[in-house]
Amino acid sequence: MAFTPLAAMVRKDLKLFFSDRRSVIVSFLVPIAIASFFGSLFNGPRTGEPAKINVMVVDQDDSAISKAIVAGFGADRNLKLTSAEAETARDSVRRGRTAVAVIVPKGFGEAAGAAFFGDGAKPQLEMLYDPSRATELAMVRGIMTQHVMEAVSKEMFGGAQGRKYVEQTLPQVESSATMSPQQKQLLLQMLRSVQGFYNQAPSGGGSSARGITMPYSVKEEAMTSGANVAYNGYAHSFAGMGIQFLLFAMANLGVEMLLERQRGLWKRLRSAPVSRLTLLAGKVLSGALISLMIVGVCFAFAMAVFGVRISGSVAGFAAVAVACALMASTFGVLVAALGNSPATARGVTTLAVLMMVMLGGAWVPTFIFPAWLQQFTLIVPVRWAVDGLDAMTWRGIGLSGAAAPVIALLGFAALFALVAAIRFRWEEA
Amino acid sequence: MAILDVRQLRKSFGALVAVDGVSFTLQAGQLVGLLGPNGAGKTTTVSMIAGLAAPDGGEVLIAGKRLAGDTDPGKRRVGLVPQDLALYEELSARENLRFFGALFGLSGGALDKAMASTLELVGLADRARDLVKTFSGGMKRRLNLAAGLLHDPDILLLDEPTVGVDPQSRNAIFDNLEALKRAGKALLYTTHYMEEAERLADRIVVIDHGKVIADDTLGGLQARVNVAGVAGVAGGAKANLETVFLTLTGRSLRD
Repeated sequence: MAFTPLAAMVRKDLKLFFSDRRSVIVSFLVPIAIASFFGSLFNGPRTGEPAKINVMVVDQDDSAISKAIVAGFGADRNLKLTSAEAETARDSVRRGRTAVAVIVPKGFGEAAGAAFFGDGAKPQLEMLYDPSRATELAMVRGIMTQHVMEAVSKEMFGGAQGRKYVEQTLPQVESSATMSPQQKQLLLQMLRSVQGFYNQAPSGGGSSARGITMPYSVKEEAMTSGANVAYNGYAHSFAGMGIQFLLFAMANLGVEMLLERQRGLWKRLRSAPVSRLTLLAGKVLSGALISLMIVGVCFAFAMAVFGVRISGSVAGFAAVAVACALMASTFGVLVAALGNSPATARGVTTLAVLMMVMLGGAWVPTFIFPAWLQQFTLIVPVRWAVDGLDAMTWRGIGLSGAAAPVIALLGFAALFALVAAIRFRWEEA
Repeated sequence: MAILDVRQLRKSFGALVAVDGVSFTLQAGQLVGLLGPNGAGKTTTVSMIAGLAAPDGGEVLIAGKRLAGDTDPGKRRVGLVPQDLALYEELSARENLRFFGALFGLSGGALDKAMASTLELVGLADRARDLVKTFSGGMKRRLNLAAGLLHDPDILLLDEPTVGVDPQSRNAIFDNLEALKRAGKALLYTTHYMEEAERLADRIVVIDHGKVIADDTLGGLQARVNVAGVAGVAGGAKANLETVFLTLTGRSLRD
């Protein structure tokens, strides 16, 4: 391969790229802007405090149990609670200002207490929710279960309603005609013991009554690059957006090659004593250099502004970046080989790039995909690129974590280059 | 020995036979006009000579050596001036020439010297650093010519090099070509402008339906037509080239 023509092609393509201000802005500034936005969404709290869900509660019961439920909601670190009237709550949810509203209807406490021990009808809690925020509904439902169980059990095991329930139950048991004398005796003995326990405790349940509580606590540890290293969502968003826009830049490189053909420039290139390998290599090399610059600038910004770190292997990061760049630049050459005209190639490749980045986890992580789709996306090069960059940044995996993505990306690059070389229209007649 | 010897070139695109056994020669210091109606096979013939397309049959000899393969050193002896303005508009004239020169292996002082002399020849030395997109159509045509001349080829293939230029630029290009001919370059010139061929060509090759139907000097072609007798040409007067061309290729429209 002749060096002088190769170097000239690379130099020329770099000059052309940087002479196009629009391309430079789209390739460097737009991914930074979009990645910053996505990063702020997915980054999570840097203080350790979770984002609170806006919840409204309507207490129409005003019982000890309903008050305890409202107090439990108010103390929960995941919720931002507001008390309101039913109509206000309904309107707020409809307008999207509140994710969920919980209405505790009149008589709820008494009915819940009866249903807790006996076979009384279960009262309903009404939940009004914003259908576009189903995830928050699920969270609120879980939190509500915990607080309702605590409030009801606490009241029934130590509160006035529990005492009243025992007092009402004793004569019912004594007069029961359906129980055997032995069963009746055992149950009366138990209820009198409970009554004795209540009589010794201060009226109103006392502070010792705790009701049912969660029988375990959880120690959560985010598996990031190290202990006490918070997850940095910007690392993922900059990887995703960087890959997306370098693919756009390289698709544009392919379209430019088609425009070069349209303008007769390939006649000049082909009239020179330069091999096909040199011509394609020149395009791939210049594309790869531009791609590397895009990845480099994106991550330099993310490091300087958002504290993203290469917590894994620097050499691994460099290898993944180079492999990404080669995959993207050969994709560009493939566009030129398969494209009929610049206009159609531009439309088709925009769709192809968007599909690849969507399936590859550049917008949202692939773990939220169904299992079959997660497997399917292994055939999408962007998936390997994003996984590789994630592994070298916030996951903090060493050089070994770069091996599979690098091999996969180089495999895609080789495949793209091979198809491009075979399908490229070399003849200019 | 002819500097360019085209022997029995053939090229098909599917069922269409574009070039069917075309043969002619070109001597140093000679300009041959390659004429033919649209779709006659001129551009395909030029493409095969320039190495842009591989012939299905026949061969192209450059100074007696068969041209074969993309990297054949014989391609350095051929310069192409395509019909399109094959230039990078966002680069300056110098940057364009630097790139095209490098493709032919020129670098350093040799490339600088070649750029200076060709820009001087085509009258663009004072606009060398300007972006091509700021040039007029005529200036672009002259730069297109310079790009084909940069590596000092023995043979220059010119595919309609004056399309869309004003009379001044066309005249300047003619002066350049005549200077090149005097310098011993061999020029193959395709055009639809008969008066250009009349002015410049030492010999004229007429192609139609992929075959050479005439290969002679202007005088020889005129004599042939006069012998046959043409309506509208007075007895003893010489037919102009357009009349000769229409007589040889017919008056039916070609698309």
